[in-house]
Amino acid sequence: MDNPTEQQDREDTLKGVGCSRRRKEDARFVQGTGRYTDDIKLPGMLFADMVRSPYAHARIKSINKEKALALPGVHAVLTADDLKPLNLHWMPTLAGDVQAVLADEKVHFQYQEVAVVIADDRYIAADATELVEVEYEELEVLVDPHRAMDADAPILREDLVGKMDGAHSVRVHDNHIFNWQAGEKDATDRVFEQAEVTVKQDMYYPRVHPCPMETCGCVASYDKINEHLTVHLTSQAPHVVRTVVSMLSGIPESRVRIVSPDIGGGFGNKVGIYPGYVVSIVASIVLGVPVKWVEDRMENISTTAFARDYHMTGEIAADSEGRIKALRVNVLADHGAFDACADPSKFPAGLMHICTGSYDIPVAHLNVDGVYTNKAPGGVAYRCSFRVTEAVYVIERTIDVLAQKLGIDKAEIRRRNFVKVEQFPYKTCLGWELDSGDYHTALEKVLNAVDYESLRREQQEKRAQGELMGIGLCTFTEIVGAGPSRNCDILGVGMFDSAEIRVHPTGSIIARMGTITQGQGHQTTYAQIIASELGISSDDISIEEGDTDTAPYGLGTYGSRSTPVGGAATAVAARKIRAKAQKIAAHLLEVSENDIEWDIDRFKVKGVPGQEKTMKEVAWAAYNNVPEGMEPGLEAVDYYDPPNFTYPFGIYLCVVDIDKSTGETSVRRFYALDDCGTRINPMIIEGQIHGGLTEGFAVAMGQEMPFDEQGNLLGNTLMDYFVPTFVETPHWETDYTVTPSPHHPLGAKGVAESPHVGSIPCFTSAIVDAFSHLDVTHMNMPHSAYRVWQKVHELGLDSPV
Amino acid sequence: MIPAQFEYHKATSIQDAIAQLGAHEESKLLAGGHSLLPMMKLRFAEPPHLIDINGIEELRGIRLDGDTICIGAMTTENELIQSEILQQHCPLLVEAARLVADPQVRNRGTIGGDVVHGDPGNDHPAVMLALDATLVLHGPDGERQTPANGFFLGTYWNDLQEHEILVELRVPVIKKGVGHGYHKLKRKTGDYAVAASPVVVELDGDVCRDIRIALTNVAPMAIRAEAAEAILRGKAIDEALIDQAAREVVAACEPAEDLRGDALYKSNMAAEMARRSIRAALQQARG
Repeated sequence: MDNPTEQQDREDTLKGVGCSRRRKEDARFVQGTGRYTDDIKLPGMLFADMVRSPYAHARIKSINKEKALALPGVHAVLTADDLKPLNLHWMPTLAGDVQAVLADEKVHFQYQEVAVVIADDRYIAADATELVEVEYEELEVLVDPHRAMDADAPILREDLVGKMDGAHSVRVHDNHIFNWQAGEKDATDRVFEQAEVTVKQDMYYPRVHPCPMETCGCVASYDKINEHLTVHLTSQAPHVVRTVVSMLSGIPESRVRIVSPDIGGGFGNKVGIYPGYVVSIVASIVLGVPVKWVEDRMENISTTAFARDYHMTGEIAADSEGRIKALRVNVLADHGAFDACADPSKFPAGLMHICTGSYDIPVAHLNVDGVYTNKAPGGVAYRCSFRVTEAVYVIERTIDVLAQKLGIDKAEIRRRNFVKVEQFPYKTCLGWELDSGDYHTALEKVLNAVDYESLRREQQEKRAQGELMGIGLCTFTEIVGAGPSRNCDILGVGMFDSAEIRVHPTGSIIARMGTITQGQGHQTTYAQIIASELGISSDDISIEEGDTDTAPYGLGTYGSRSTPVGGAATAVAARKIRAKAQKIAAHLLEVSENDIEWDIDRFKVKGVPGQEKTMKEVAWAAYNNVPEGMEPGLEAVDYYDPPNFTYPFGIYLCVVDIDKSTGETSVRRFYALDDCGTRINPMIIEGQIHGGLTEGFAVAMGQEMPFDEQGNLLGNTLMDYFVPTFVETPHWETDYTVTPSPHHPLGAKGVAESPHVGSIPCFTSAIVDAFSHLDVTHMNMPHSAYRVWQKVHELGLDSPV
Repeated sequence: MIPAQFEYHKATSIQDAIAQLGAHEESKLLAGGHSLLPMMKLRFAEPPHLIDINGIEELRGIRLDGDTICIGAMTTENELIQSEILQQHCPLLVEAARLVADPQVRNRGTIGGDVVHGDPGNDHPAVMLALDATLVLHGPDGERQTPANGFFLGTYWNDLQEHEILVELRVPVIKKGVGHGYHKLKRKTGDYAVAASPVVVELDGDVCRDIRIALTNVAPMAIRAEAAEAILRGKAIDEALIDQAAREVVAACEPAEDLRGDALYKSNMAAEMARRSIRAALQQARG
């Protein structure tokens, strides 16, 4: 008989799936021995710094480098004219557009890269940027995207004038980038015409910035002798960068090595390929020495990819009981001066068509127009899976408005519209197949946990006393794990991911993946997956990522895709190893493979106690005693092309109290229930959720990138840009249900972005709820004290002075 | 984020610092550096010479001299917070220092630097006005003392004379019947005030014998809301009078619009902070 205690001990020793083991990477991080891009110092390394435009829209009349070149220690000053012979003054974007590497005759946004200085150190480089004399002729600036397609709007992209065949659609105006639609327009319109009730809400999702603690940077090092280029850079997708660098430079991909070392947070900001990388590579090739470029905080917020900037209108048609009959969403997307959105190629609005949310909606139509403005390019998924944040925001806000109009409680209206547990897998009217979910159970769990009814009673009492208390609710469905290569690719490369696992003779393991951790804890979670699959302790499993010379090709880490795709590849590769190991075990135990069963960390002969071989013993045998005809060794590779996305979901509830005198919001409670399927490391999940909620709090309550009429970015320092500290951050209460994904090898769905995606509309829902008895249906973010006070003042609720 | 070239000089004594100020054209004193260095990194300020006064011990420390507390100009915010003398005899300074910026800044930033830097967002000028402090200044011609009231003339503009150094700040100890109040609204840790208001009230029984209401970051420099004070002085202060005074606070403000808010919001917040500080000061004064 198996001894349960003994089995539990062996299980515990593995520290595998389900174990809240400590993170393997933290010892070096908490001791300050992480190695980031800016820690890399190579012999003879020079430094790059940018000359940037003070204007948002201007013609460059002349650039005079002489004074800068005369400064001792300056090696080169490069402009678009210097890059032209190499055809590198423009580069392709991930979205099918082109982007100026250095401004070519015109600047299109404030802080745009105009010239780069290469110098002995960053102090000389900074001094020299001030000596580059650029003469500008200011042009009319286009800031408001609603004006972009006016007949008299200034034309931004002279390079595209008359080219009305855009990357994703016909362009109807020179400032138009694309029109993209999903769903059935006519059928949707017909439902709206006949509906008992309709609601319509305009909302703006502000331009924000992911603002990782580590800014973007690189060290480019070209070896002239071996014609080999090595670039250390802050990239969430190093393999894709290698492909792009090879395509741009003409250097064979086999002689390009991209290394993403430790990364201090990405959040989408480190997906793109930026002018700083390109000019550093060019400079290293030209000068024959390594060149480092690291942006400062203002450059980071001002120029490397922003997120959101969606002007949205949500409309719902429903019956008088609040059952949704149709959804209509219109979006005006401000992409800035170049379309450098990071989305799968076929989706210029990302996965925005997940906007039917958690609800059973018969028909819907989504219409998105992207336009150019005089702002920095970007449009990345800020802790989000390709516009799902915007999609969740529009549906969650609009269903709240419907509830308000009908006088139905916002929890009840969701109950009436949720996809039911028996409907999964559920095909949405906009084409997605939600893999699994149980929304009703999760909602009731949250409502019970917070005693929702008594909160509502308290709110009534508070309102009677003239106080402002709000209860927010968000019941969201995420779409992560991009994605199936039939509909997802980046520059033509399918969005699979990969794992390569090697079991060493003494039974320890090294594994490499195509993803790259930026704080997510891959070195721990991947090791836990392998530990459970192969019966080797996660302590003895090393995980390496980010070096394209050693790791298998993968599409990288963003959109919560590491566990859904990379984690699946890891599990499948481990299972290939276990299948081979089973054959070796059968050989060692001299029985048929069919007589062998797996038990935690060993193979046993069925029904014969004591006849067993541990995985460690099998590993040793793999190198000296394999069955005849079998090749030695114990390793496997898997490239995993997921059959579907995964659809984590969550139920978030927030209680706020608003100070009418100052407009300050106090978050009294935030209760977050997440369902990410199988939970690999609950402690890491908890950490991810705390981080995501905190970033969601930041976006909802304070982050924005405001521009004045001249296109000047106001607030590009951490004095103005809101990154909350512990002092501002609310207390988080977390909870979970487990609804495994039916198609993922482990049933895991991914979690890092859910708390960001779900919390933001929850905060807005709570703030608006505080004013909902006064017929307020929506308030735009950020819900700073200043803005909330303006609403208080407008409604005459503040104490008179 | 790279400053322009500058020369660094270390001063060994107050006299040496004054001499170096005279010797180097357009030189700036380096105290805590948490306002000056960011400005230099942004190249908003490009002083060719920095004279570091961090090594001058006589500029540091807090001592009691009868009814007066003498605070060395180079005393850090954190030292103000930790000071038992201040905790006991001048709670306003402790409360104000606690709300300055963030812990890193409070470890380096000095009260003297904050008082003379000249940014209307600095916290201590208004505190000095409310406390009716005296500034002790040393210059090439020796020492002079001047009241804080009248010292602040505008943004980056005050009565500090050429080659003068602020050496000490002198504030009265709090007495029976006197109350301090301090409220500050800021967007987040590390930010300057949207508005802040230190208040000192002296009661004679129920009657307000004197009151000083000062305001931070709602004018080109720290100011006193004198019309508001006049409404309360000589009266038994009640909520209706506080409302009246709050209206005068709004009238006294002339804030610049920025991302913290427009003039309407900032003036109203100044009034709200003053209102709260008056209430707190009254409560303390009443014991």
